Amino acid sequence: MTAKRIIPCLDVKDGRVVKGVNFVNLTDAGNPACVAEAYQKAGADEIVFLDITASVRGAETVAHTVSAVAERLSIPLSVGGGIRTESDATAILRAGADKVSVNTAAIRDPSLINRLADKFGRQCVVVAIDAKKQGERYRVYSQGGRREEELDALEWAKEAEMRGAGEILLTSIDRDGTNKGYECELTRAVSASAKIPVIVSGGAGNMSHFAQAFTFAQADAALAASVFHYHKIDIGELKKYLRDNGVCVRI
Amino acid sequence: MNNAKGKTAVIDYGAGNLHSVMCALRRAGADAFVAESPSELCDCGGIILPGVGAFGYAMRSLRDSGFDIAIKGAAKRGVPLLGICLGMQILFSESEESPGEEGLNILPGKVTLLKAEGLKTPHMGWTDIFDCGGRLLQGVNSGEFMYFVHSFGVHSEGCRAAAAQYGEIFDAAAERGNVFATQFHPEKSGESGAKILRNFMRICEEENA
Repeated sequence: MTAKRIIPCLDVKDGRVVKGVNFVNLTDAGNPACVAEAYQKAGADEIVFLDITASVRGAETVAHTVSAVAERLSIPLSVGGGIRTESDATAILRAGADKVSVNTAAIRDPSLINRLADKFGRQCVVVAIDAKKQGERYRVYSQGGRREEELDALEWAKEAEMRGAGEILLTSIDRDGTNKGYECELTRAVSASAKIPVIVSGGAGNMSHFAQAFTFAQADAALAASVFHYHKIDIGELKKYLRDNGVCVRI
Repeated sequence: MNNAKGKTAVIDYGAGNLHSVMCALRRAGADAFVAESPSELCDCGGIILPGVGAFGYAMRSLRDSGFDIAIKGAAKRGVPLLGICLGMQILFSESEESPGEEGLNILPGKVTLLKAEGLKTPHMGWTDIFDCGGRLLQGVNSGEFMYFVHSFGVHSEGCRAAAAQYGEIFDAAAERGNVFATQFHPEKSGESGAKILRNFMRICEEENA
């Protein structure tokens, strides 16, 4: 069986983890490499590293941090934030990331997805989609949720896959930061139509939210930040809970 | 190249990123170096053949650089060889991925498109392995999860060292003599994968003692 993945997300700014991470026994809670390693030890299946300075400073400067994180990890590392060109992606992958995720740049120029997939293989290419509910449909937003696009989330996910995306990272803007649970309706719809894995993101507040994401919404992986950072949920306990609820996880 | 003696050579034939393999080997305590030319394999103590990408492209790169002959020669001399992912597949004679393209033909068997109807492809993620045996997987138990990224699967003849299932059952690992291979990425498979790399390093030490 292929296990459902639990993915902690680190927001990194100027080489430091932001949105406070509360780890006991961590020498430096702002050091991305220390935090990533702690999550790996706790049982994370993959680490997502989102650089929130990249848009201004350029991907090359992020490579240094990525390299320090990759040095310590023996699980996959996915990096996003400000990747606009093939050379940005090359720098990040050379630094040791296994995957790059693109969002706004892929909306501006969808052929970027094709080019990245051709060059690095589709398994390296994650297309991140930020969606917000509007009536019965879900609208795509770019620039970290600040700008509304003329795109339907389900349609955009299909196009991204067709162009060579290896995974969809689907974030609900409505749910993000609420701890009220993942957006399961949209996730279920995208999962049902996609032949590539879907990572659900935004809204995790308790362990049952993860179970819903994997069972009802059929997500392949679930990403969360604050519930892990603030120790509301321990990854080891979460996996036991999921296993007891019939979800295949790596323990 | 004259300081390669006894070290583990990681073959760079332009098929992507060696960073994770090198980091994982360092963590496993290996004295590894990136080999960019076949002459560097002369007196190395072990060879790791990584690989992402396509079978045909990888084989053409190996042939153009002369690595194909050097790898076969080293394998014949008994130098421990570990193929990872695509590096496993090209140890066989051919693949459905690149019909007509000859592989290294070091291990017997075939490489075919994964029959995984109704499942998402490529097979990407953590999957458990079973029927584990052999020296490379010593201490690794059935039920341990490994990290896979592939669309084609190996069906070896008599050298399966572990199996996995994604739709169909395929070889997760193969082993014959000092030739070893894993379809999954040990360098990305957490502690389970680290054990495998440490086993490989130990085998290299024993063979070079």
